[in-house]
Parts: sequence; C-alpha cells; structure tokens
Amino acid sequence: MIEAQGLTKRYGDTLAVDDLSFSVESGKITGFLGPNGAGKTTTMRMILGLDRPTAGSVTVNGQPYARLAHPMRDVGALLDAKAVHGGRSAYNHLLCLAETNDLPKRRVGEVLDLVGLSEVAKKRSKGFSLGMGQRLGIAGALLGDPGILMFDEPVNGLDPEGILWIRNLMKALAAEGRTVFVSSHLMSEMENTADHLIVIGRGRLISDCTVQEFIAANSRQTVRVRTPDPDALVKAVAAAGGTAREDGEGLMVVSGLTVSQVGDLAFENAVRLHELAPAHASLEQAFMELTASSVEFHAGVPGDRQPVTAGKVA
Amino acid sequence: MATTSMPAPPAVRGTGSAALPPAVGRAGFKGALRSEFTKIRSVRSTYWTLLALVIVTIGIGALASWGAATHASELGPDFDPTRQSLFGLIVGQLIIVVLGSLTITSEYGTGMIRTSLTAMPRRGTAVAAKAVVFGAVALITGLVASFGSFFLGQALMSGQHINATLGQPHVLRAVIGGALFLTVCGLLAFGLGLLLRHTAAAVGAAVGLLFVLFILVNFLPQSWQNAVDKWMPFNAGGQIWRANAALPGEHMFAPWTGFGVFAGYAAIAIISGLILFRSRDA
Repeated sequence: MIEAQGLTKRYGDTLAVDDLSFSVESGKITGFLGPNGAGKTTTMRMILGLDRPTAGSVTVNGQPYARLAHPMRDVGALLDAKAVHGGRSAYNHLLCLAETNDLPKRRVGEVLDLVGLSEVAKKRSKGFSLGMGQRLGIAGALLGDPGILMFDEPVNGLDPEGILWIRNLMKALAAEGRTVFVSSHLMSEMENTADHLIVIGRGRLISDCTVQEFIAANSRQTVRVRTPDPDALVKAVAAAGGTAREDGEGLMVVSGLTVSQVGDLAFENAVRLHELAPAHASLEQAFMELTASSVEFHAGVPGDRQPVTAGKVA
Repeated sequence: MATTSMPAPPAVRGTGSAALPPAVGRAGFKGALRSEFTKIRSVRSTYWTLLALVIVTIGIGALASWGAATHASELGPDFDPTRQSLFGLIVGQLIIVVLGSLTITSEYGTGMIRTSLTAMPRRGTAVAAKAVVFGAVALITGLVASFGSFFLGQALMSGQHINATLGQPHVLRAVIGGALFLTVCGLLAFGLGLLLRHTAAAVGAAVGLLFVLFILVNFLPQSWQNAVDKWMPFNAGGQIWRANAALPGEHMFAPWTGFGVFAGYAAIAIISGLILFRSRDA
C-alpha cells in the first residue's frame, strides 16, 4: 500500500507535483496516467525517497521508504532501465543490489532465469539492447520478492514482443496478489492491464477511479455519417437537439443522437447518406480531452481536424 | 543456433516466490559494505587504475633512485634516500585521485546512483560503506606501491651505499606513510566527488588542491610563504613520507601533525559532501 498526502514538489518556479493525495491499493494493477511532464516520474521518485518532497508526505506500507527494514523486500522499482553502470556484468549488477538487502546470492540466478538473461549474465550490460536492459531492471525489481512493484513507463521504446512480455508479467504479478503501480502516458496501454486508474495532469490529481468507471464516464457514443450535403444535415441534427461536427471530406460526427435517429432525420429531410455507423470515442480520446487543459506544451499538429485543445490551456 | 547475445524473453510463468529466507533485522552497514566491495571489484577500470598506480609509482621512484645513485657524489648531507625512492607518489596521487572520485562520480555519470539509493535508501550508510571499501582498497594498493618503491629504490642505491633500511629511524613510518598519503588523497577526491557529482570536476578540483595551490603560494612574499606553505594540502600530507628531520629554515609541520591536517581536509570534503548528499535529490 502506497499512500501520498498533499505531496508537492517544486523545482524553482515549476510546480512539478501539486498537492497530490492518493493511495495505491494492494493486490491490484494501478495505472498512473498523465501526459508527459505531468509529474508521474517525480511522484515515483518521491515515493522511493530519491527526491525530497517540498511539502506533504508519502509512505509505503505505513513507513517512509527510507525507514523500511529491507526496502527491496517491500518495493521493487524500475524507474529508469539505463540507470546501471554499463561496465558491470548483469550478474554483478544484481549481486551488488541483493547484498544491500541481505538477500541470498542464489536469488540473483533465480531472477536472471525469470527474465531470461541467464545466458548473458556474465556480459557487461553496456552491450544490452533496450529490451534486455529493461529486463535487467525488472530482474532487479524482483530480487526481494516484493509485494509492491513500481514501473515507470515500462514499455517505452520496446518492440511488440517486449511490450507483450511486460504486460503479461504485470498481470502475472498481480495474479500472485502483488500490488503493481505502473505509469504511462498512453491510455491504450492501461485499458487492458490496469484495474484502477490515477490520472494526473500538471502535477494535480484529475481522476482516481476504476477503469470501468473511467470508461463509463468517458466513452461517449457518437454516430459517423458521410453525406454529400453536410449543411442540410447539420441543420436537421441541430433542430433535433444533437450536435454535428465536420470531420473532413464529407464525414460528420454526430453526438447526442442515436444511429436510428440520425437515419430517420436524414430520410425526413431528404439528405442523401453514403455512410451511417455507430462510433465510440476511444478512451485515448477521452483521456486526451480530460488532460488537455493540463498538457504543458501543445504541439500544433499540421492539418489537425479541429483544434480541440487550443484555447483550453489553463 | 541463433546468436546468444539477444535471448528472447521467456514465457511469463509465476515470478517464483521461491521462498526467500525470512527477513532478519534491518538492511544496514554490513550489507552495504559487501555491496560496495562487489561494485568496486566488478568494473575493469578499478584494476587498470590500481595497476597503473603501482607501476607508475614504483617506476618513477626507481628512476629517481637511479638518478641519485649515478650522482651520489653530488648529494648533500640532507639527502633522504627513503623520500627519494618514494618520489613516484607525486604522480601516484594523481592516479588515486581519479579512482577516489570515480567511486562516487561514476554512479552519477551512469545514473546507477538512483538504483543504488533505491536498494539502500539510508544515504549515510551508503556513503560510509563506499568510503570504507575505497579506503581499504587504496590503502592495500598504496602499501604495495610504497613498499615496492622503497625496496626497488634502495636496491638501486645500495651500490653507492647511500641507501636506507627499514630498521633506521623513521624509515618504516615514512614508507607506511606513503600508503596513508595515497589513501587520504583518494578520500579527498571521493569527498570532492560527493560534493561535485562529476568526474572531471572532482578530479580537477583535487588536482587543483594538491598541485596548483602550493605552486601559487610561491608567488607570495617570503614571510607569508613561511606561514602559509605548511598548510598546503600536499605540503602537509607529504611530511609523512620523509625520513629525515626537517631542515633549518623549513617551516613544515612535523610528519604526523601534517598528516593530521591533510586528513582534516579530506574529512571536511567528505563531511560537507555527505551533508549535501543527504539533502539533495538523487
């Protein structure tokens, strides 16, 4: 169990984490979502005692991280897979970590097996691929057989095979009753793995709910329509109480009406339709809209269909 | 058989909670010491640096001794054969400074510091273990370099009968002192590394303190020099590896006093580094 209360971190003029309170429940996968720069990594660093909070506090199993008797037995963390001395072999890297927490030497061999790095155990980690480095980091996190695992953007830059492996690993860890706290800037990454979501933007808590609640609250049903006569349709939809927005090349997205209502409207107003289909706003889109006002820098996307986010910047 | 350098990830089974022995006590200094020893012995740069230290120190000492032997008739009454044979320490100190600094700054350079502090978040313990392991390695290597220099140097000078023996007054202290001097040089650099977190900066600062400072003093008026000279780190620490008595007109500390001053400088660097290290974000 991780509990943050009023956690705040200020770097000079920048408020990286702003009065953040949340708790990560045991035995679940909790997704920690937010756009890049939202303060996810800073929060995780404060949990591990690497960064000192400007205000507030955070505890792991009821204690500040630095006071845990054997930290690696409580928490296994992988924040940055590149944070290793590349001149050291995988085996010695893990050994020097295990020794700090009085873990038996044989455990090093076990975790190397677990992540499939036994063959390269004696090789210097300098030559490892990104995926292998990631697995070395995960091996380190598993050394103490901890009840809590923390991963910061674990699939960034991995190939599909590596992504799948990490997903399955997280599920396996949770199935064993462990707590998994994993950050991502992609909703799609969390959709199928997480049970619970903590969403932050600009260092502030935006949402703290189950994935089901998030989906229910944020997936709006819309209708996709293609017509050579958009103006007539827009009028008809507006008259019926819905809203239609142009999505380029004669494609319209109607919200507030069902598919059959839109079909009937078109028939009654003699508007020709070339396409009529139900559509779900993706969770990714819901997430983007939710955090839009909190994104630190907006990139102007050339040919962006609608400036959804522009002007909303807080 | 496919290349073995890129093994595929294995199928995810359970994560093998293969019963760890129950936790006893708290993770502390003992584990940190073992970890730091594993760290220092598991990177190649340690061996290269230590080997270079021994070879260069003994080599330069031998050259100096050979030079003295070939000009034996020109040597004054204050000639100190022990110090002559230990002359390589002047270059050796530069090498141990690199290793002392790297002990901490390589963790910053690679980012390993964050992984290390996640494993052992009690920072005072982590730094103390590092300093002790490095200090021990430096002392042992220093003893090899110092005794090696002494014996080779004296052998080279024995033909001219200008050599010293360990049984003579102050000689053993001076030879052991050479190793102590190297160790403290390294610890000074370690402290600077802790403060500056950057290899080049820490090595630069250490070389500045050990080498440049006492050269700058030479530009002071003579009476000021007499007061300031002995406080220079190298002058203070270097007294421990001389076997002859201070000459009239010299304004240096006695060997152990000077060494105490020198060790004090290293302590200041390490303690102020530790204070910052404990409060700083990693």
